[in-house]
Amino acid sequence: MNTQRAIKEIGARWFMRIIAFSGILFLLIIGISLFVKSYPVIRENGLWKLLSSVSWKPSSGEFGFLPFIVSTLYVSAIAIIIALPLSLLTAIYLNSYASGRIRRFFEPVIDLLSGIPPVIYGVWGTITIVPFIAKNFASGTTSGYSVMAGGIVLAVMIIPLLVGLLTEIFNSIPDEMTNASFSLGATKWQTVKRVILRRSFPGIIAVTVLSLSRAFGETMAVLMVCGNSPRMPHSLLDPGYPLPALLANNYGEMLSIPGYESALMLAALILFVIIFFFNGISRLTLNHLEKRFHF
Amino acid sequence: MKRKEENIFKVIMIIASLIISGLLLFILGTIVWKGVPALSWDMITKLPGGGFYLGKEGGVLNAITGSFCIITGAVAISMIISVPLVMYLNFYLPRKSTFSAIVRFSFDILLGVPSIVYGAFGFALMIFLGMRASLGGGIITVAMLITPIMMRSFDEVTRLMPRDLSDSLLSLGSTRYEMIKVIMRQLMPGFVTATLLATGRGIGDAATVLFTAGYTDNLPGSLSQPAATLPLSIFFQLGSPVAEVQNRAYASALILTALILILSFAARHFSSKFSRNRI
Repeated sequence: MNTQRAIKEIGARWFMRIIAFSGILFLLIIGISLFVKSYPVIRENGLWKLLSSVSWKPSSGEFGFLPFIVSTLYVSAIAIIIALPLSLLTAIYLNSYASGRIRRFFEPVIDLLSGIPPVIYGVWGTITIVPFIAKNFASGTTSGYSVMAGGIVLAVMIIPLLVGLLTEIFNSIPDEMTNASFSLGATKWQTVKRVILRRSFPGIIAVTVLSLSRAFGETMAVLMVCGNSPRMPHSLLDPGYPLPALLANNYGEMLSIPGYESALMLAALILFVIIFFFNGISRLTLNHLEKRFHF
Repeated sequence: MKRKEENIFKVIMIIASLIISGLLLFILGTIVWKGVPALSWDMITKLPGGGFYLGKEGGVLNAITGSFCIITGAVAISMIISVPLVMYLNFYLPRKSTFSAIVRFSFDILLGVPSIVYGAFGFALMIFLGMRASLGGGIITVAMLITPIMMRSFDEVTRLMPRDLSDSLLSLGSTRYEMIKVIMRQLMPGFVTATLLATGRGIGDAATVLFTAGYTDNLPGSLSQPAATLPLSIFFQLGSPVAEVQNRAYASALILTALILILSFAARHFSSKFSRNRI
């Protein structure tokens, strides 16, 4: 081999190796730098007090994250409760019942739903969901900008992710397995219940966790429909203030108040850590399943 | 009895599927219905004039151009990172290497990191480097967001490719680097599809550029000047109490949706072409 070719080859190899290493490194850098940035506020107040206090008064140095954490949990829970049954039923239908034509029709539907930007979901939510809630619930005592509105909009946003991943999981079940069930005289529905759903149960859990972590981090749409008041939401019709919305709303002005930047970085760190673990666990489960089914 | 249960569930499933496809129509319908009345040529071809945010004349050309500049830069950066990375994982490392599993896993996690966290991290990074909200900062942060997306879909395309081509190239005595140059031609349509989809994600994301790119009524002049973006312009206009400005937010939303739809259809077109050319 002439030297020029060899040099090119070795150069390319090292360039690629460095990029691969920096990919792993980047994840660490994000985690570490968020921690370093949020350390001052943790040292000042103690992590437990920050997470359990409800009082949010940045100007007097009180940073209680509980209302934001609770709002995030409420919003994500509503989203998953609405989206999971719809997506599960649709995915089963597409996998076991629908004809090829219907399946081909659904592909772009799911693609487009997942392609619509968060801000458009937000606009849609403020035009339709928010007035709907204001008009039909609590007889006009709420503005409609509420935890409920956030949950509904988020549900629509995670549906395409759920349907896509669930269909993938159902499709990865080997045909031999379902055919064996049919040959024993099981009906389609019995096969769905006893074979497909049972076999893919770990996958369904993993996908649910994955879309839950997507819901945790969703920012713009939630920011636009949740109402953003830093108090504990006592009912689903109260305004809420999820963590990502808190970050998005206050980032510009925080530099003037001491400790504020650090507190907001802590919000980002909390999100990062939760999502790191949720994603990690569900990805590991999904990878494991993939290995088991692809012989 | 068993039939009955099956039939009931079948009806529920069909209803669920109809609801989901109905939602898409509902969302697109709402945006079109609200956006079309406020849409005009001026929206696309003019910068915001004086008093634009009070309902006077002007358009969102600043945001369209800004979004375009940011996404072009970001896509270029993440191509430079993800193409070599995917080639390395697939053609240099052995099939079941632990290192490639770790790299793929970290990119899977990066894929799940929400855009607001990238935004916050990008902002912290920019303060650290002494930069202010600017086009350059926006490009870097959006590149962070879309690189894992691109890397993952490139990886999927590459893994699907039959190994015969690469094996025969190697057996003819080419180096791996030369082999990749040939294979790239085979992979190109799939990569174009993936890039178009990632472009859509990048253009539509507001949380990453909220603090890193800033906002301005002018066209972006250089990398160190702030740049407006379409999602943020929608967000700011919608927050205005003036009805005309809100209507223009709907028109801007329609413009953004149309852009995303075009990208999505282009991506589908390329991917169907790709499946026809496959060996």
